[in-house]
Amino acid sequence: MLRLKPGTRHSVSLTVNGKSCTGTAEPRTLLTDFLRHELKLFGTHVGCEHGVCGACTVMVDGRAVRSCMQLAVECDGADMRTVEGLAAADGTLNVLQRAFHRHHALQCGFCTPGILMSVTHFLAANPGPTEDEVKDMLSGHICRCTGYYPIVAAILDAAAELRAGQSAAVAPRV
Amino acid sequence: MKPVAFEYCRPETVAEALALLEEFGSEATVLAGGMSLGAMLNMRLVRPTAVLDIKRVAGLDAVTINGEVWTGATLRQAAALDNAALMAALPLLAKALPNVGHFQTRNRGTLGGSVAHADPSSEIPLALATLGGAVELQSKRGVRRVPAREFFLDILTTQRAPDELLTALIWPKPRKGAGCAFAEIAQRHGDFAIVACAAEVVLKADGSLEHLAFGLGGVETRPLVMDVGAFLGKRADAALAAEIAAASAASVTPMSDFKASGEYRRALIHSLGAQVLAEAFAGTR
Repeated sequence: MLRLKPGTRHSVSLTVNGKSCTGTAEPRTLLTDFLRHELKLFGTHVGCEHGVCGACTVMVDGRAVRSCMQLAVECDGADMRTVEGLAAADGTLNVLQRAFHRHHALQCGFCTPGILMSVTHFLAANPGPTEDEVKDMLSGHICRCTGYYPIVAAILDAAAELRAGQSAAVAPRV
Repeated sequence: MKPVAFEYCRPETVAEALALLEEFGSEATVLAGGMSLGAMLNMRLVRPTAVLDIKRVAGLDAVTINGEVWTGATLRQAAALDNAALMAALPLLAKALPNVGHFQTRNRGTLGGSVAHADPSSEIPLALATLGGAVELQSKRGVRRVPAREFFLDILTTQRAPDELLTALIWPKPRKGAGCAFAEIAQRHGDFAIVACAAEVVLKADGSLEHLAFGLGGVETRPLVMDVGAFLGKRADAALAAEIAAASAASVTPMSDFKASGEYRRALIHSLGAQVLAEAFAGTR
């Protein structure tokens, strides 16, 4: 049985966006802080730090979850995806990111990384969501610019494009 | 980094978890999904000496459907929703779960954690109490089974002793031909319920009420199951639904807080309660 002493740092190894990463964390270190301060992945944002706002949402073992409400040491060995893993290596945005761009689905952009990670899992589980299902999923995120309509439109558009399998073949619409 | 410094323990068996609970007692806090505990740690509302992470205890997320339905403590809410056999066996739970938090929190939050946490507005404790379910508690002293209607004592307070681990929820299967309904009013979808209503109903062939369980969440400091004996045998129609809701509203002492006054909660029991009861009546076969 693993027992990690308080106040000392312990090794944490996980896979982030397909790459093996190792860092150290105290037992109380939040996954959010581990990603940002230890792995220097600043794309995951920190909002409320009690699970309400959704800005810190990442994917752990294929599921969208709050990174502010889990400990880095809980995730030892996990397979993680963060917003940094969405675009191609050369910076080309993926279908979902392009849809957000096209629909002006971000204003200040603070809530966007968390929403993109939620939607990545959501559309994998439900490729043809209704508008109501999208809104239900989106209820787990707070956008203080209040730009929810373009966000819903972008998600529905991305879902349609992914279903049509056009992601690589079709140039982004103007 | 916001929580206090604590020791992190990751038992791999129930026996290891029970040994840790005996060692730390009330200085330990059990971590399953952490969707309530994580927030409380971050706000330092809990300051444990040790956090016992039971997520990797083998078999603790098992589902067993026999004469009763057993759901292991670490069964995730999303996994329960995705389990078609479980949702078919427990239709009231199937109606309650989509109201629990959000997609993102159901992906990690557990059934057992929600019951052990015992927030008075929580949906899973309400469903378990309404259906007359129970919790299984284990310690090095032994195993006991506590009816859900006795388990919840007050806000975030249950009959669980400091050395006990909640290992499973035990759900009775619905009675033959039963109808059920669940609805809640919250400030935003996924937020804490101001009032939640749950009902399970069985009607006789003549349309009169044979069995009714009517539960209310968010009203007092624990889930309430109403005494409805006086209504059994009456014709189950919209008028009876309104009558039961009115009697229930009159019999409780609703909380007042920043979200809603006690009188508003009482009004919600009238309207939402009647709606949920009528829906449950209509769902009977």
